[in-house]
Amino acid sequence: MEAINFNVDNGYLEAIVRGFKGGIINNNVYSNLTQCETLEDLKLQLSSTDYGNFLQNEPSPLSTSTISEKCLERLMDDFEYLRANSVEPLSTFLDYITYGYMIDNVILLITGTLHERDTHELLEKCHPLGAFESMPALCIATNVNELYNTVLIETPLAPYFEKCLSAEDLHEVDIEIIRNKLYKAYIEDFYNYCQKIGGPTGEVMGEILKFEADRRAINITINSFDTELSKEERTKLYPENGLLYPEGIAKLAKCDDIEQVKVALDTYHDYAAMFETGPNNSAEKSLEDKFFEREVLLNKRSFEQQFHFGQFYSYLKLKEQEIRNIVWIAECIAQNQKDKINNYIPIF
Amino acid sequence: MSSNARFNVFPTRMALTNMKAKLKGAQNGHNLLKRKSEALTRRFREITKKIEDSKRKMGKIMQVASFSLAEVAYTTGDISFQVRESVSTAQLRVRAKSENVSGVQLPNFEYYIDGQNAFELTGLGRGGQQVQKCKDTYIGAAKVLIELASLQTAFVVLDEVIRLTNRRVNAIEHVTIPKYENTIAYIISELDEQDREEFFRLKMIQKKKNQGKADEENAKNIESGELKANILDSIRDEDVIF
Repeated sequence: MEAINFNVDNGYLEAIVRGFKGGIINNNVYSNLTQCETLEDLKLQLSSTDYGNFLQNEPSPLSTSTISEKCLERLMDDFEYLRANSVEPLSTFLDYITYGYMIDNVILLITGTLHERDTHELLEKCHPLGAFESMPALCIATNVNELYNTVLIETPLAPYFEKCLSAEDLHEVDIEIIRNKLYKAYIEDFYNYCQKIGGPTGEVMGEILKFEADRRAINITINSFDTELSKEERTKLYPENGLLYPEGIAKLAKCDDIEQVKVALDTYHDYAAMFETGPNNSAEKSLEDKFFEREVLLNKRSFEQQFHFGQFYSYLKLKEQEIRNIVWIAECIAQNQKDKINNYIPIF
Repeated sequence: MSSNARFNVFPTRMALTNMKAKLKGAQNGHNLLKRKSEALTRRFREITKKIEDSKRKMGKIMQVASFSLAEVAYTTGDISFQVRESVSTAQLRVRAKSENVSGVQLPNFEYYIDGQNAFELTGLGRGGQQVQKCKDTYIGAAKVLIELASLQTAFVVLDEVIRLTNRRVNAIEHVTIPKYENTIAYIISELDEQDREEFFRLKMIQKKKNQGKADEENAKNIESGELKANILDSIRDEDVIF
């Protein structure tokens, strides 16, 4: 049923996003990029792609941070275009995508507020995707209570904050734990929203978000070894919508070292494969890289279906990975570490 | 240096003994200083070699470290602000100790780890391992830097001390000792001179004394019998033969 009416509202944008997807750098270009000797060469190679002459006006000693900044700007332009042309329910969906970045920005600003820094300069560091109207107002708030009552309550993030912590917590709990609690709430909420939309969107996004949830759970487990984070605290940070929920999560919650994680994930085919060579083996790709690979695979898959919103999310994620790849290659060139230059994640 | 410089002393036997003792002292000191300077130079060479090694090592390790930061940026994104804010006190600290090398106090820096990891939860959801790895690499880099810093300070201090010692050695060798030697030679020659003078004087006195005695005797003789004297003195009369 949906498919009949989908194109009325979203056909144009779907076409656009598929066009954008066609502009994602493919393997040929990557192999050209990795051949570059200097950043100037890289700039020249990039100018033949969809990025065009985005670095044209930059003064000559290019830095990798400029490249990443400019790439992000390009992505922002594209995304803003999609967002401006979207109608309900796609616009809400696109908003949902940005919440994740909003969490990062808010956390960044809260950190600044807690340490009584000048928050204005922090605004420049915020991720542009997560920028929201009242964000500059965060700078006015001088303490956390004020921050919550006057600013955050107005934002879409308020329910997440409400759900997982009180204002007093902000002083006591580690900011990183707050971030992960917020993320957990966000992923679960986003998942539920996608399921509400249903149809292919629910299907495609469900898979991606389940993976995202599992990835977070596994990462949190591994990264919390030998830290002060207790197991009970850790359990509270696991998103509860992943493939692993509930049995796998319960097993993860008990893990003390990487071997136990491996055993816990043994029954989950996709994840068990990632641990096969062992993430600690430096010659192999790291676990993080394998997660990225899987993410790219899932996002690529979402373009196989039509008439759903997942491709917007996927496009953004693929593009982000592409920016990471370009920056990685640029970094390798700048630092003369050619042997590691092929560690990027190819997309197409 | 003027070769006949000497101390301003009275050429006395006492001064000579003093000077001789001083010369001996100077020679002793010279030997000691020379040995010290040699020991320091050896140490200095060692340090120079170590500095070269650790400078090479530092170049390599800094490269690795900054690359591991790039790895973090790849997986986690920009975490610099977060890390900066969550750290209130330094975990890796430097303590200065001093080491005694032939009487020279060489500063020696030592690192120690104090307190707990302030940002161990950074990148909890993503890239935490990379963050920790990066941290470890940078700790390694900091260690090399600390080592290099203590070597460099030792290098500077030693350099100064060696130059000072060498200057002293040279001064003693080329100025003080010749001066003492000159003084001693001077005193000896003066003393000899004095001896000769004395001898001459004594002789003169003796002579004078002798003459005085003779004169006195003469006078006595004259006093006791002028006639006799006259008789004896004036006309030598012929022997009377009976």
